[in-house]
Amino acid sequence: MNLVPHLPALQVVLPLLVAPILVLLRDARLCWLAALATSVTGLCIAIAITGQVLDGETLRYAMGGWAEPHGIGLRVDELSTVLLLVVNGASTLALLGGRASLLEQVGEPRQNLLFAAWLLAVAGLSGILVSADAFNIFVFMEISSLASYILIAGGPSRRALPAVFKYLIAGTVGATFYLIGVGMVFMMTGTLNISDMELRLAEVGDTNVIIVAAGFITIGLALKAAVFPLHAWMPNAYAFSPHIVTAFIAACSTKVALYVLLRMDFFVFQKNLVNHEWQFAFVLMPLAAFGILFGSIAAVFEQNIKRALAFSSLAQIGYILLGASLITVAGFNAAVLHLFNHALAKGALFLAVAGIGMRFAHLRLDEVRGAGRRMPWTLTAFAVAGLSLVGIPGTAGFVSKWALILAVLDRGGLGVALLVLIIVSSLLAVVYVGRIVEALWFGEPAGKDQAVREAPPMMLVATWIAVAANLWFGLDASLPGELAGRAAEDFLRHLP
Amino acid sequence: MSSGLLIALALGLPLAGAVLIGLLGRWPNVRETVTLVTALALAVCVWSLVPEVMDGARPVLRVGQMMPGFVIAFEVEPLGTMFAALASGLWIVNSVYSIGYMRGNREANQTRFYACFAIALAATMGVAFAGNLLTLFLCYEALTVSTYPLVSHKGDSATVRSARVYLGILIGASIGLLLPAILWTQHLAGTLDFEVGGILDGRVTGVATGFLLGLYVFGIAKAAIMPVHRWLPAAMVAPTPVSALLHAVAVVKAGVFTVTKVVTYTFGIDFLAGQSHVDWVTPLAAFTILAASAVALAQSNLKRLLAYSTISQLSYIVMAASVLAPMSLTGAAVHMVSHAFGKITLFFAAGAIYVASKKTELYQLHGIGRRMPWTMAAFTLGALSMIGVPPTAGFVSKWYILGGALQAENRIAVFTLVASTALNAAYFLPIIYRAWFRDEQQAPAPEHGEAPWPMVLALTVTAGLTLAFFLFNQPVIELARQLVVM
Repeated sequence: MNLVPHLPALQVVLPLLVAPILVLLRDARLCWLAALATSVTGLCIAIAITGQVLDGETLRYAMGGWAEPHGIGLRVDELSTVLLLVVNGASTLALLGGRASLLEQVGEPRQNLLFAAWLLAVAGLSGILVSADAFNIFVFMEISSLASYILIAGGPSRRALPAVFKYLIAGTVGATFYLIGVGMVFMMTGTLNISDMELRLAEVGDTNVIIVAAGFITIGLALKAAVFPLHAWMPNAYAFSPHIVTAFIAACSTKVALYVLLRMDFFVFQKNLVNHEWQFAFVLMPLAAFGILFGSIAAVFEQNIKRALAFSSLAQIGYILLGASLITVAGFNAAVLHLFNHALAKGALFLAVAGIGMRFAHLRLDEVRGAGRRMPWTLTAFAVAGLSLVGIPGTAGFVSKWALILAVLDRGGLGVALLVLIIVSSLLAVVYVGRIVEALWFGEPAGKDQAVREAPPMMLVATWIAVAANLWFGLDASLPGELAGRAAEDFLRHLP
Repeated sequence: MSSGLLIALALGLPLAGAVLIGLLGRWPNVRETVTLVTALALAVCVWSLVPEVMDGARPVLRVGQMMPGFVIAFEVEPLGTMFAALASGLWIVNSVYSIGYMRGNREANQTRFYACFAIALAATMGVAFAGNLLTLFLCYEALTVSTYPLVSHKGDSATVRSARVYLGILIGASIGLLLPAILWTQHLAGTLDFEVGGILDGRVTGVATGFLLGLYVFGIAKAAIMPVHRWLPAAMVAPTPVSALLHAVAVVKAGVFTVTKVVTYTFGIDFLAGQSHVDWVTPLAAFTILAASAVALAQSNLKRLLAYSTISQLSYIVMAASVLAPMSLTGAAVHMVSHAFGKITLFFAAGAIYVASKKTELYQLHGIGRRMPWTMAAFTLGALSMIGVPPTAGFVSKWYILGGALQAENRIAVFTLVASTALNAAYFLPIIYRAWFRDEQQAPAPEHGEAPWPMVLALTVTAGLTLAFFLFNQPVIELARQLVVM
């Protein structure tokens, strides 16, 4: 049987099928192996799909042979592949390195449930990315969210519970808003298929219902994507979840929500609402700018390493939105590049943090001081990934920041103001990364009696693969560059 | 061997060396052998590129595409060859010295030290051979980052504070000023390649030219033009071999080298000569020369004095380049070499004094020449070279710079040269007098003689180079002339 045409479906079906099997397995090691194998296969599928998308057209797949718009359709284009790579790559690296850490933090008896939830999250996130149907996106969003709540709540700290409750409320409100918006569009057009929606909306035109629907969808997804000021759930959800879960979730979950946001606003509404691009930019560009500033400043003053990195994520989401809200091909290109590159940087950073977390009970700066002398490999990885976050040339972070600034400069006077904003926040990033690195390497160790040693080898391998990806895509960004460039052309094709 | 491979080796060897050093940290003797062998091999690679470049060839190595339209490429041209040959040659001497210093001082974390040192040299080679502005920026930042652990080597809180100043100013200026300048250039010209005659002619005019040049001059903080010079005195908390090779040769020369490169290949000399809003560079460099010399007069710590002397000497190069006369441009290139020989000798001597006697302040140096005659003789030669007294290297470059200033009838430059020579003499001669002709106030607690022999050997060699350059400077001047002819 030739599996190649079925790859988009397998991307989702495989983890979805393995997840319930894991619940039945009692052996923790076996569970981990099965989850890792599934995730690696998922990554291979994502790479194969990337190859196909790079070769030519958008992939389309009809579930059960029922053609769109009546059947369930899957659709994979450049933007989806970028994120498929991110989701499956992050899951694979986190699982590869995370066995010991998860055993320690979640406990042996619950490993099977943990890995089942993990695979459900992977299936949900991948499902969002391959769906061609707005309602299926909602379903997969719920699957991934529910699974993420379980993962985040699995941490040893009791404070994970209020954090996850906050996330649950915010996530549910966001998903409901999205559903309300989709319902309104369905009411007006009678279809849920995204491509079909785009065509049928033209007949309905610029009505108030559609404008309200666009508003609901945008706000709901902004809530899920932790766009400033709707980010309140994020810092604690990242800080109190098991470290390895943070590495996985932080690399991809908010980005997938952003993906849906871009898909709906640029793909569906762009053509059909008069001046939609200006409304989009008018609302989201200031939010992006405030997010960049607020996130960077908050990260500078944060004592907990994971919370500091979470606030930095808020700023990075701002960069992505800023690029998109320029409504130019160059800007959108920069946004997609930054989706990819920031996932690389944050994933590597949180993996390194997970390594530190295995040797220290608390991740407050004053408690992990001087760890670099005992665990140089982990901390070197942290420093290099930090350079990528700042955007030092030679790392992935530089490539997208460069693209973003070039895109911003096309906008004349506003562009100069935004340039200053980006430069200032980059300098703030130097400060918040710098103070963490400095404390880790050159601080006086707090407790002398602690038996601090290097993180386990698997952890190091996973972390360094992520770091190597940061360096590789910093020196040769042709793969994400190609995908991002084509995605930008595709998403903005309706604009003059 | 093909020249492309030689360039790749020049960049790759130190990196490979760094990895090996990291892996072999448990066996110090093997580790130091790796450093020495890498340094030798690197010098052989770089030096075998020299004849080709002198014949007018410009070997190119394209590494790959970073983003569509942005290529990481290396191209060997005369100024870069000179810089790379200088840095790689002195790395050999400096490695011998490092071994003496680090062991004599029983420093901790030596593996990290040697590994970062090798990475810094790789970055230096990258700066020297960079074929476009983006590649140059990449290597420039790599140099900053890789030297940070060297500066903060000692790890106590005062050192870490100084290292923070070092990194803060260098990274802050490069992200805050240099990066926007490069992006602006890309926006205006649509390319970042180094081209003879520049890429900005006709694309920018008036005040904007001056502003863009300002972004470059201050953004390249490694050139230490006031007021972005504070990182250099801060860097003096590093072990002396770092101050000697990196903060007297590689890092600071990377700064003035970048400025020179931007002036010649991005702006273009002819283009700048026709602009009216760029004439502030000469007075600014002149001010830096005089002010840094004046501050040096007031220093009581030997290494800080040398740091301020470096700031002032670097601005000679910037000033000479900004005079825009052919002869002064030659002088700028030659001064990169002659100052390197003199200053590395001075730092070597300062480090030798520290290792032998733990003395760091000027007032402690009474009569030290009698205990450490080799060291102080080398120091004297280095100081004379800083002042520009024949028969030392400093005289040669000053001669060319002065000639260029007279050629261009630039009175500010001529006056600055004369005045700063007097100032240099005023802060170096008392040290020499004190070391040779004053008596020790009290005998040092543990009696000491010269520092360990590798250090003495290294500083003797560089002092010898300072003398030799006065007589055998033909190849360097030949290369420097090529720069002007283009």
